[in-house]
Amino acid sequence: MTPFSTPVPANTPAAPDPQAQARNRLAWALLALVPLFALAGLATGTRGLSLEAFWADLQGEQAGLILGQIRAPRTLGAALVGALLGLGGALAQGLFRNPLADPYLLGSAAGAGLAVVLVLAGAALAGTTLSLATVAWLERVGLVLAAFAGALAGVALTLALAQGAVHTLRLLLAGVVVAVLLGALSDLVTVASPDALRGKQAFMLGSTSFLGWQAVALLAAGSALLTVLALRSARALDALTLGEDSAASLGVALPRMRLLLVVLLAGATALAVAHAGLVAFVGLVAPHLVRRHAPGAHAWLLGASAAMGAALLLAADVVSRAVIAPQELPVGVVTAVIGGVYLFVLLRRRGLG
Amino acid sequence: MKPANRIDRTTGTAPLLQCQGLHVALGGQPVLHGVDLDLASGWTAIVGPNGAGKSTLLRALAGLQPVSQGEVRLGGDPLRLMPAAQRARRLAWLAQGGQTSGELNVRETVQLGRIAQRGLLGALDADDARAVAHAMHETGCTAWASRPLHALSGGERQRVLLARVLATEAPLLLLDEPTTHLDAPHQVALARLFSRLARGTTAQGARRAVVTVLHDLPIALHADRVVVMQAGRVLAEGTPAEASLHRALEQVFDHAVQVRPGPQRAQVSLAIDED
Repeated sequence: MTPFSTPVPANTPAAPDPQAQARNRLAWALLALVPLFALAGLATGTRGLSLEAFWADLQGEQAGLILGQIRAPRTLGAALVGALLGLGGALAQGLFRNPLADPYLLGSAAGAGLAVVLVLAGAALAGTTLSLATVAWLERVGLVLAAFAGALAGVALTLALAQGAVHTLRLLLAGVVVAVLLGALSDLVTVASPDALRGKQAFMLGSTSFLGWQAVALLAAGSALLTVLALRSARALDALTLGEDSAASLGVALPRMRLLLVVLLAGATALAVAHAGLVAFVGLVAPHLVRRHAPGAHAWLLGASAAMGAALLLAADVVSRAVIAPQELPVGVVTAVIGGVYLFVLLRRRGLG
Repeated sequence: MKPANRIDRTTGTAPLLQCQGLHVALGGQPVLHGVDLDLASGWTAIVGPNGAGKSTLLRALAGLQPVSQGEVRLGGDPLRLMPAAQRARRLAWLAQGGQTSGELNVRETVQLGRIAQRGLLGALDADDARAVAHAMHETGCTAWASRPLHALSGGERQRVLLARVLATEAPLLLLDEPTTHLDAPHQVALARLFSRLARGTTAQGARRAVVTVLHDLPIALHADRVVVMQAGRVLAEGTPAEASLHRALEQVFDHAVQVRPGPQRAQVSLAIDED
């Protein structure tokens, strides 16, 4: 009928779709790996990752305390923080149509960093009159709240500088400006209050060691809500791959959609950062791994990147506790090393051209 | 008198899209200086030298370009006041160049056209599947349905993006350089597709208008109507058989082309040999 059509026999069986097969394989792999890594997280203690020690812990008198109150919430929390970072990374890469975008763009990291430094400096000023335990508890809750508020404030400042989410490039540039300015401010505070410096360093490195059940509940509720909202915007992100004008011509109300995506991105990042500090590379590498090995539409990318982020941070958490047990490394150092090596290998394999 | 009641003299139908006194500036530079245009159903080709404002006009007609003066009306309704979702059901726009990002495959890309009908959340049903299959058949990309878009050649990708436009089933198709990257057989096939689309109706029974910005004059002279633009203005419009249109074409292209009446169609030649 049309000169285009090449005749296709009517009874040809549908050709297998290699991309769909890859997605299936990755989905099964993640479904197996996340519980496996979580189990490894439960089994990793002061003697490193050892099934023997895990068995002894299970039968010990303090099994409920060690496993139920320390390792279980920490492991679950690491999975949820990783999922939020993976989701945030996939959102950022879709929104900016750039595979190098990460969830800390748009000033959330710098905002959280400044807020944490301010609280630490304030606590150092007031700390002399309070008992040590009170300060620790106050600092803990205060830090989570401050980091959350700081991350959101950083993004709000970026939005204000960019005059809303109308221009993607302006948004990115405003994010860079906010990161530089707030970074300089928090450097200034640490110069004035050296006590804040150590706490800031721990925050910048990222850590999963303070996650309790309360944090897990908050993280779980937050990630459930954000994932649902993100999945509802998946088709808009797909439309954006055609370019902003084409998406607009399809009836996507772009400024509003971009604002929603920025808010989701800010929410996911703030929630993760508030509980675990600036864990490096998970938000960049998780969606990257998914898109490289099992590309697909955004409904898949968002969900799979979240699962991939969970698997990555769980694995990194186990490594950080097992490598020099009974000591532990900050998990952010482990993710940075793993992420850096991954990107390096990718660079080598693809060549620099 | 309502302008919507005017009858187009070449096709004898009421205009689908009109613009009056359209002024557009890009980055402070005026690009369109008062364009008046009535577009009826049928195939209209917009031609003109580089920088004449063709793409800007098409973007303005699609409601994607803020205008500084004048108005675009779609079926009599001001385009500026129309909600984006309603506009998307009535007109579809194909970008020039066809840059895409991401990892969608061919079918998923064509399915994006259904956002115009279903919105961002509605589930796709059998009706959507039919529209998508039909659009892919029309442009000949059925065979690569599950191939990723970035694994296609430029011409193949262009056909997929055109299928995405057709899948919207909008009665007004605004296509910016749809024949870019295509080889001669596919350019010919596309030209036939345009005239067939322009004569047919949508699945909902509405008359179609196909508006193409074209660099390829031989193809443009197969349209029902040709609009010649120069320096942000419409210099001439008419059927491809009109001698005055031929003179206008030769003039805007600096006499680098010659247009002569042929046995069936006007013939275009490049004036390379004469120096």
